[in-house]
Amino acid sequence: MIPLLRHIFRTGILTEPMPEAEGGPQREIDRLHDEILKVLGRALTIREVDAGSCNGCELEIHALNNPYYNLEGRGIKFVASPRHADMLLVTGSVTRNMENALRIAYDCTPDPKLVVAVGDCGCNGGVFGESYATCGAVENVVGVDLRIPGCPPTPLALMQGILAAIRTAK
Amino acid sequence: MIFHAEPIEFVRQPGLGAPAWRGRAADGEDMLRFAISVHRHHGRLAALWGEDRRQQGAGYRLHCVFALDEGWPWLSLDLAAEGDQCPVYPDLSGIFSAANRMQRATRDLVGIASDGSDQRPWLRHGAWPADWYPLRHDAVHEVGVGVGFANFPSDYEFVKVGGEGAHEIPVGPIHAGIIEPGHFRFSVVGERVLRLEQRLGYQHKGVEKLFIGADLAHGARLVGRVSGDSTCAYAWAYADAVEAACRVEPPPRALMLRALMLERERVANHLGDLGALGNDAAFAFGLTQFMRLKEDWLRLNQQIFGHRFMMDRIVPGGVVMDVDAAALAAMIEQCGVVRGEVRKLHALYDAHAGLQDRFVTTGAIDAALARELSLSGMAARASGILLDGRAHRQGYTPPAPYAKLGVRPVTDERGDVAARVAVRFDEIYESLRLLHEIALGLPGGETRVEVAPIGDASGLGVIEGWRGEVLVGVQFAGDGRLARVHPHDPSWQAWPALEHAVMKDIVPDFPLINKSFNLSYSGADL
Repeated sequence: MIPLLRHIFRTGILTEPMPEAEGGPQREIDRLHDEILKVLGRALTIREVDAGSCNGCELEIHALNNPYYNLEGRGIKFVASPRHADMLLVTGSVTRNMENALRIAYDCTPDPKLVVAVGDCGCNGGVFGESYATCGAVENVVGVDLRIPGCPPTPLALMQGILAAIRTAK
Repeated sequence: MIFHAEPIEFVRQPGLGAPAWRGRAADGEDMLRFAISVHRHHGRLAALWGEDRRQQGAGYRLHCVFALDEGWPWLSLDLAAEGDQCPVYPDLSGIFSAANRMQRATRDLVGIASDGSDQRPWLRHGAWPADWYPLRHDAVHEVGVGVGFANFPSDYEFVKVGGEGAHEIPVGPIHAGIIEPGHFRFSVVGERVLRLEQRLGYQHKGVEKLFIGADLAHGARLVGRVSGDSTCAYAWAYADAVEAACRVEPPPRALMLRALMLERERVANHLGDLGALGNDAAFAFGLTQFMRLKEDWLRLNQQIFGHRFMMDRIVPGGVVMDVDAAALAAMIEQCGVVRGEVRKLHALYDAHAGLQDRFVTTGAIDAALARELSLSGMAARASGILLDGRAHRQGYTPPAPYAKLGVRPVTDERGDVAARVAVRFDEIYESLRLLHEIALGLPGGETRVEVAPIGDASGLGVIEGWRGEVLVGVQFAGDGRLARVHPHDPSWQAWPALEHAVMKDIVPDFPLINKSFNLSYSGADL
């Protein structure tokens, strides 16, 4: 236990070191955190739905909870059920095999709900486009409030997008 | 070249990639005999796919890539086309159980079927008609909202488990975490898992159809998105296949830079998974620590390669970027820091009784079963099988630049979650060592050569990705465009291994066992 605690102590808090230089990702994270708190003032819950991605977007969404971005530390939490969610974060050019499941998840999310399409695939179909196997952009299946492009979008772009979606809802 | 005195004559494909031989089976019996001989010599089934060659005046072609100690014999079997009927070939799943899903997928996509008893659809869930085969050249379809085929999700016949108290737990396709979709059907008594049956295909994006008629550059973009966590492995395997077909050799500097990216990809994924494995055993400390290291790692990727996952950096002919001395120095320094941190975390993981209690004996697969399932990569090595495409073994010389680097493969005899954790730790150390070697020994010169497609040529690329063996088969059309590309993920073979691994354990152990493999849905659903 002692070595473990020592390791935690030695690592320190990585989330909010005071920015010394102008710009840079660290400073941007601080600004975004403050802004999210200001706009939100409470918790936001997100249900992530992979509707046909290559798993690249999921890797970056995972990164949102690493100590640098620490999204959960700011009251923004990923939940297991759409029934507990305020926002659906949808990735992938929606496959036709997932079309039905995405619709069900959407219907299960209580109103008022926000839907954010993530990645080039979610925004416009990306490299996979529309085909016999895919419906293309998320908006072809469920209503979308905001799009976060990128292949995959960086964690910073994801944070900015989530914030912008909350703003548009206000 | 003749394998095991079988009558099929194989020809070695040119190029610097993994050793592969091309052969033609005269008929189904011929293919079956060869498969049996491969199995008898402890070989594996590496990939299986189909091709419509009616436009070339032929019928259909079945491709099987086997894996032997020496390398990869690639066997093709021509099947005559008779009207709209499904040509039939002999079932291989009785010899290699891994063939089952590949054969069913081949039927769904190309419309050639095995004569086996399991004819349940695999990738087709009802989004297109049963008598319409997307990879046939005459399969045209309308796309768009409200047009095209009606989407009727079909029922699936899971194997029923009976007995007093036995019941089913359906999970998915949308899972509780931030992961890809798939369906798991558990048959349980109390907490004990009697059987797990997977139904995948939810990620089926029709990737293989998109390759048809694409040019080389677009093919490279597509192949890098078959499975986002293995983008470098896929891009390299595709480049190898194209280079073998076009008789082009990439410059030595490009090969070393590819290895640099592949090893960085391996380390990034192992770091993330080691953290997630801690988390799944309620050790959140592990997740936080490893995710921190992974983020540092990805940020340096962004800085040096211009992309956090190094997508689209490896292309046929070489690589599209170069590194300078400062970048190499930064990478060497980071390797040192990460090695030190991982060693400390390794000691903490090993000393944590609660964590080890969850890891040890959970989700075990023994070497005999791993062989029977044609398992490759990290999971096979964790079951005691010394199999790594980057490392020398008897009769096998790894492709450049690994032959010179002298990779020391990591194995563990236990086959459980603890073994897969241990192998990941040791593979991180080995990759860090290789990265150091690569950075110091990077040759000068060009990083890319021109690639001119050769009509009707074909090639195969095999790369040892972080998960296992990634294969890409490429066939050019007469006009130099891509006629058929088949990317094959090691997850095809490993998903059934997960079904076996979970059988003796309890339901709450499933997330941990699943994460210890961390298989790709997208890579196998295509």
